[in-house]
Amino acid sequence: MRIGVITFPGSLDDRDAQRAVRIAGGEPVALWHGSHDLEGVDALILPGGFSYGDYLRCGAIASLSPIMTEVVAAANAGMPVLGICNGFQMLTEAGLLEGGLIRNDHGGFICRDQVLRIENASTDWTGEFSAGEEITIPLKNGEGGFIASDETLDRLEGEGRVVFRYVGVNPNGSLRDIAGISNERGNVVGLMPHPEHAVEPGFGPDTAAAMRSGVDGLGFFTSVIRRALVEA
Amino acid sequence: MTTEAPANTAAPSTGSGGAATAVLDTVEVAATTPEKEQPYAALGLKPDEYERIRNILGRRPTSAELAMYSVMWSEHCSYKSSKIYLRQFGKKVTPEMKKNLMVGMGENAGVIDVGEGWAVTFKIESHNHPSYIEPFQGAATGVGGIVRDIISMGARPVAVMDALRFGAIDHPDTARVVHGVVSGISFYGNCLGLPNIGGETWFDSVYQANPLVNALAVGVMRHEDLHLANAKGAGNKVVLFGARTGGDGIGGASILASDSFDEGGPTKRPAVQVGDPFAEKVLIECCLELFAGDLVEGIQDLGAAGISCATSELASNGDGGMAIVLDDVLLRDPTLTPEEILMSESQERMMAIVRPEKLDGFLEVVKKWDVETSVLGEVTDTGRLSIMWHGQEIVNVDPRTVAVDGPVYERPVAYPTWIDALQADTAAKLDRPATPDEIRAQFLQLIGSANQADAAWVTNQYDKYVLGNTALSYPDDAGMVRVDEESGLGVAIATDANGRYSQLDPRQGAKLALAEAYRNVAVSGAVPAAVSDCLNFGSPENPEVMWQFSETVEGLSDGCLELGIPVTGGNVSFYNQTGDVPIHPTPVIAVLGVIDDIARRIPSGWQDDGHNIYLLGDTALELDGSAWAGVVHGHLGGRPPAVDLAGEKRLAELLNAAAIEGLIDSAHDLSDGGLAIALAEAVGRFGLGARVVLDEVAGDAGIDLATALFSESTGRVIVTVPREDDVKFRGLCEGRDYPVRRIGVTDATSGALEVQGLFTVSIDELRGINRAPLADAFGPIVGY
Repeated sequence: MRIGVITFPGSLDDRDAQRAVRIAGGEPVALWHGSHDLEGVDALILPGGFSYGDYLRCGAIASLSPIMTEVVAAANAGMPVLGICNGFQMLTEAGLLEGGLIRNDHGGFICRDQVLRIENASTDWTGEFSAGEEITIPLKNGEGGFIASDETLDRLEGEGRVVFRYVGVNPNGSLRDIAGISNERGNVVGLMPHPEHAVEPGFGPDTAAAMRSGVDGLGFFTSVIRRALVEA
Repeated sequence: MTTEAPANTAAPSTGSGGAATAVLDTVEVAATTPEKEQPYAALGLKPDEYERIRNILGRRPTSAELAMYSVMWSEHCSYKSSKIYLRQFGKKVTPEMKKNLMVGMGENAGVIDVGEGWAVTFKIESHNHPSYIEPFQGAATGVGGIVRDIISMGARPVAVMDALRFGAIDHPDTARVVHGVVSGISFYGNCLGLPNIGGETWFDSVYQANPLVNALAVGVMRHEDLHLANAKGAGNKVVLFGARTGGDGIGGASILASDSFDEGGPTKRPAVQVGDPFAEKVLIECCLELFAGDLVEGIQDLGAAGISCATSELASNGDGGMAIVLDDVLLRDPTLTPEEILMSESQERMMAIVRPEKLDGFLEVVKKWDVETSVLGEVTDTGRLSIMWHGQEIVNVDPRTVAVDGPVYERPVAYPTWIDALQADTAAKLDRPATPDEIRAQFLQLIGSANQADAAWVTNQYDKYVLGNTALSYPDDAGMVRVDEESGLGVAIATDANGRYSQLDPRQGAKLALAEAYRNVAVSGAVPAAVSDCLNFGSPENPEVMWQFSETVEGLSDGCLELGIPVTGGNVSFYNQTGDVPIHPTPVIAVLGVIDDIARRIPSGWQDDGHNIYLLGDTALELDGSAWAGVVHGHLGGRPPAVDLAGEKRLAELLNAAAIEGLIDSAHDLSDGGLAIALAEAVGRFGLGARVVLDEVAGDAGIDLATALFSESTGRVIVTVPREDDVKFRGLCEGRDYPVRRIGVTDATSGALEVQGLFTVSIDELRGINRAPLADAFGPIVGY
């Protein structure tokens, strides 16, 4: 399966996302924000980083990049799209996901190993998990506080579109502990924590078994690949 | 690009024209008006230095030349007070030390061969003075500057570290500086996408009005990608690209970094640069693409002294000539005078030397990255650096006189009047705790002190995951990153300094800092290979400070010679003092090591139950300058611990052998706070308890149990060994004749650190006390 990873000016975790795709058994395809060509990929990842420095509202400028026209069209046609951190912010700015992300309630940047609960294991990116399962993946952001109106939050919860919730610690003041959501169809998923940083033993979060051995993020990438295989 | 004459020079002017006359101070004008008074003193030049410039030129300098000489001859850029000492690093080398050295001192950053066709470049540099005036931007641009040094060598930056020293944790001004510096580093480093893999956080009132912000960056490249910054080949284009030039940081090097702060003096805020990490991130990718496409001959970063430095250094290191048109510099502020343009330290700028036939390709790449670019001129074979402004020549100098042959001082050196009395005041006479309860109380006092505290409040604000290659980071003893994804080749880096030791004995202090950084790399499983240093001192005009400096360089260069690892570069920062009181001498030593396969790296704490805990190295009564003496008694006196570098080398080789054979599953260095702090940290690392017995350690050395806990004897490491490897491990130590004593066993059930016969502390209590100092002073730690 070919999975495109779009690099925007200021993208930082693009190579990490490509590596995660590779480790999961997919073929990563580097895409450039200034192009209008998705190069025939089967799924898309908008990686983390500080696009355009995040000097304006996070993800706002990148959401207007040339390639976003194709991203929006592909997402609406059902292509799996994952937005991680800055990528999540872009998806909300582009109108593909609801709500928004604001500065953390404590005002600072926070990097920590974060426990999440998988609330919905039927999206394109979470099929390999089971509902209620708890995973630990890194979180690192300055503006990760998820907000939406009460009606929107009720609707997201009612429709099972809250995909991930923070467990134990809410690291940024996100409403209802929401760490990530999906669109109605479940093909577009965005979250603040970083699954691509927990895919390779030795470089992920600490676990009870061994230092930096956590690979709980791998399921995101194997999920989308498995789904493609099943559909094919 | 405007060609209007500057309408108004409200900013500090170096006197190009001024209000009375609109005449540009050209080379021609300077030659005919020798009598004109020039503001050299305000620019930081001494009368004899000004005379020397006149002698070199055979006339008075133009105002633009004066600006260039003033910044390039500043202490910060010229190393005029330290040069005669730093030569020792070049002299005290052996063939063994040169073996893997690809680029030594004097370039933007040193480069070493780490094998498999890979090279690594790293350097540590100070940004102390700006970080006191404007902590956020001062620290942020410190990161930006050192990263550009790495890029200019042709390497991809892969990690940063920072060694931070602040005033007393409870002083009312410390929080301002800490919040500013940490958020500045967080802002810049995170946005740049470089993992922060470690460093130091230290509090002492000697740094109250002069914090130390030392930033380290490391980069990797294939051997063939190495580039040196020089301007060779007449006709090649000189291209300035990156951010536009603005009015920030003018005179930063000459004013801030080369003079002491005067309390109550005018604010120097405009001399601090403003950072734009997004521009730098784009610049990194752009430069790497330019190198990869073989589109540049060399790239020089613009740091201290801006265009003055880049042009004169590029020309000096190349064919010696360059001609540029200053009107073609893209400006943020069109009212800047030519002098200001030459002196501006605006960040995120680079200067490239490009062959004419490759210029189109160059411009294509910078356009792709939306990086603004202007061609300023070309390399010449005239031996002169010529700069034009409005069609007239305002600079015509031999670039070597600006960049290389600056003044060199042999400053007066004096043995400090106070040091004999200080060294006589030993901590051995201080009351030591006698009862188990007293020992427990002092143990807790120590782990709850500012300098032994958990630094998570700081490090949680830094991204340690980005790039996906971080194998070790804080709180492990060294940071480690993977270099090659196929083979697992990696590098480890640790930075260390102990200003308290250096105050007692600067020569010994330098060796101790070197030994500690070396040991911290060794415990990670890597083989120490190279050194970078950032030497932070008071005023060189104080003879006692110069004595401290000369002793430090002697100690450090001797130490490197004995360990057989070269100094590849670094930085000297003088004038670190408040009023007349200098900081403790603070040589921050960064040691880089190589590990063949990061799968063999060793964590700093244990995670498995029932493994034997061993103490490597001997313990003696060495409490002078210790954390215990400082925290419990507020005492600093005596002589710092003995250091045996040959022993440190044997210890490192032993650890490496044990790592290769897979005999140890954790290793943690003992330094300030001694065994007490090492045990607390090793237990706290993964939250797994231990039972410890100190009778043999104390009995063999003839010392009391409190001394066994708090002594800071060097050459010591605690390791854990699985029971099945016990015999082999002991055999290894015996074979290498290194002292080893079993001091306990790890214990997954107790949830506590138990020192038998003395005390038990639960891990929860230990962690709570250890985390409290920074959280209490600066705000809660998220998630604790």
